[in-house]
Amino acid sequence: MAILINGDTTVLCQGITGSAGAFHTRGCLDYGTKMVGGVTPGKGGQKDTNGLPIFNTVTEGVKETGATASMIFVPPPFAADSILEAADAGISVICAITEGIPTADMMQVKETLKKYPNATLIGPNCPGIITPGKKTGGDGSSSTFENGCKIGIMPGYIHTAPCDADSGKSVGIISRSGTLTYEAVWQTSSLGIGQTTCIGIGGDPVKGENFIELLARFNNDDETDAVVMIGEIGGSDETNAGIWVKENMSKPVISFIAGRTAPKGKRMGHAGAIIGGSDDTAIAKMESLRSNGVLVSESPAEIGTMTAEALGVTANAC
Amino acid sequence: MKIHEYQARQLLAEAGIPVPGGTMVTSISDATNAAKTLLDGGATLLVVKAQVHAGGRGKAGFVKLCRSLEEVTEAATFMFNNPMVSVQTGPEGLDVTKVLIADGVDIESEFYLAITMDRANGTNALIASSEGGVEIETVAHENPDAILTQRIDPLAGLQEYQARQLAFDLGFTGSQVRQASSIMMKLAKLVDETDASLAEINPLIITPGSDGQVMAIDAKFDFDDNALFRHPNIKEMFDPTEENDSELKASEFGLNFIALDGNIGCLVNGAGLAMATMDIIKLHGGSPANFLDVGGAATLEAVTEAFRIILADSKVEGVLVNIFGGIMKCDVIAEAIVSAAKEVGFTVPLVVRLEGTNVEAARKILKAAEMDIPTMQTATDLEDAAARVASAVSAVC
Repeated sequence: MAILINGDTTVLCQGITGSAGAFHTRGCLDYGTKMVGGVTPGKGGQKDTNGLPIFNTVTEGVKETGATASMIFVPPPFAADSILEAADAGISVICAITEGIPTADMMQVKETLKKYPNATLIGPNCPGIITPGKKTGGDGSSSTFENGCKIGIMPGYIHTAPCDADSGKSVGIISRSGTLTYEAVWQTSSLGIGQTTCIGIGGDPVKGENFIELLARFNNDDETDAVVMIGEIGGSDETNAGIWVKENMSKPVISFIAGRTAPKGKRMGHAGAIIGGSDDTAIAKMESLRSNGVLVSESPAEIGTMTAEALGVTANAC
Repeated sequence: MKIHEYQARQLLAEAGIPVPGGTMVTSISDATNAAKTLLDGGATLLVVKAQVHAGGRGKAGFVKLCRSLEEVTEAATFMFNNPMVSVQTGPEGLDVTKVLIADGVDIESEFYLAITMDRANGTNALIASSEGGVEIETVAHENPDAILTQRIDPLAGLQEYQARQLAFDLGFTGSQVRQASSIMMKLAKLVDETDASLAEINPLIITPGSDGQVMAIDAKFDFDDNALFRHPNIKEMFDPTEENDSELKASEFGLNFIALDGNIGCLVNGAGLAMATMDIIKLHGGSPANFLDVGGAATLEAVTEAFRIILADSKVEGVLVNIFGGIMKCDVIAEAIVSAAKEVGFTVPLVVRLEGTNVEAARKILKAAEMDIPTMQTATDLEDAAARVASAVSAVC
């Protein structure tokens, strides 16, 4: 079934006339995503290079196209405003790709989004969200797909739709890192395991959806057989997710935590670690997850094989 | 972005928070002159403090209490002529180029006060403790109940009642309650106006006597790099001499680079994959020489520069390239490898693992250049790559 988005989801791109917005709108169209238009204030009424209509406001775009999702490529100083504009226009899945939004802006966004319970924010500073489509032809990066939905910058062709999975099993993937998500997708796809939906929740400290909300969605999704959760040093999100898994999750959860060799204190001022109250190193998180029944891969190269084992899939890598 | 203590004190003073007087100097003679002015003005106790971003100054002998001109000159001479070595600096220590000569203040009691992000809530929090003057981590570890917090609403900001509550909880009495809560409100306003990710006053003190004054003695600030574009006055405080040369160079090219102690140089796209690559090198018995995320949109020039930075490190005995192309195209990396081979030359083993966008084109480029890069091996996957580079490097040693 997939979560949050599917082949019918209609998507607007905010910042469609910028170089990144234009490039990735093309990439999403190529994957088969129903891109229905874009928003650039002041360029309303024009068409983009793909012939998609451009609107001055998200509200106008929603009214004209019925879009339910948005993909944001607006530059950092204006991105927080764009997220709130999407929420106010009634967009239900807001995917903010933009990297470098000031933390204070995101704190205000997060507080304001409480007024919009129907809006789900993915990111910012993330690769996006994809529900893989069925492969219809081609090879490698020139493969074509149908009935999928890719909102973001990930290479679509590495994903495997559940209907194309040789093993008959599929996972959901939630990750704080972009390229490490691709690694997990690649490893599972190589073992004949499909993906229902993959979400990059982003590398910023203040963000939209977090592990627990998405684990809950995957837990209720019939097609998802297990969840791969990729975390890293800093904060206590993974630790909290582990506790939630123990109490609520009925499916296997496989995890990798990046940064066991990361130097301490390179990122955070020292009072920051105080509030979390717990140790936020990779090793501490791994131990905590294990104690809550999560399967933890020591090596980033074993995420796929560990998932296969948990699902009873015999490894016959292609 | 971090700033020096003297700059932090200046920000506090401008925000109306009481701080003792002081002057930043860059030479021994200026230190003597500054001390003379303060002593002539009636000061009896001076504090000489090295201005470096690393902590642990006191224990290392780089914070000195002085009562005469001779003592100040002696302290400044020592600080300008010796590297400061503390637990936070590494064995080679840091050179001191700036010293603060400050008015010494008598202290009745010390507190800790800070505003920083509460990640779990996605907001800022005001944090305070009556155990000032010591590292807050130590307090958190040994006596967590001594740490008091107030969540700051991102839309409404810190409220007066929250500051008063904290002042009472810390044990302030009489007019000091208003002094302390006023400092808290001013600090919150300063954080708001500068996008500080950490604003720490440690210690916040009360001077002795019935009319004891509440003052900030030492302060530490860190600013949100993503918000510097809207604070040119803060950006001006950046001190490049505090940064690692390679890291500075890398940032000019939009590369995210952190120097480490190991012998295997890493070039990776994406922060998570870069960390994971370091991790797997360690699992194979190797040791990473750096963290390097070339990002998603790096140009051929930037990637070539990345190789130059990695190979300039004499500790590097092998290089691992791990790219999972998404926005980053593998053929750009392949071309950068070829151009780095021409410009700098790979005398050490090079292991390349490429996957993702344009990987077929990239493999062709590397195949064609094989003869020119004899130390290059290509790996089939992450596991294979880590094993190859670890064994190549251990064979060298």
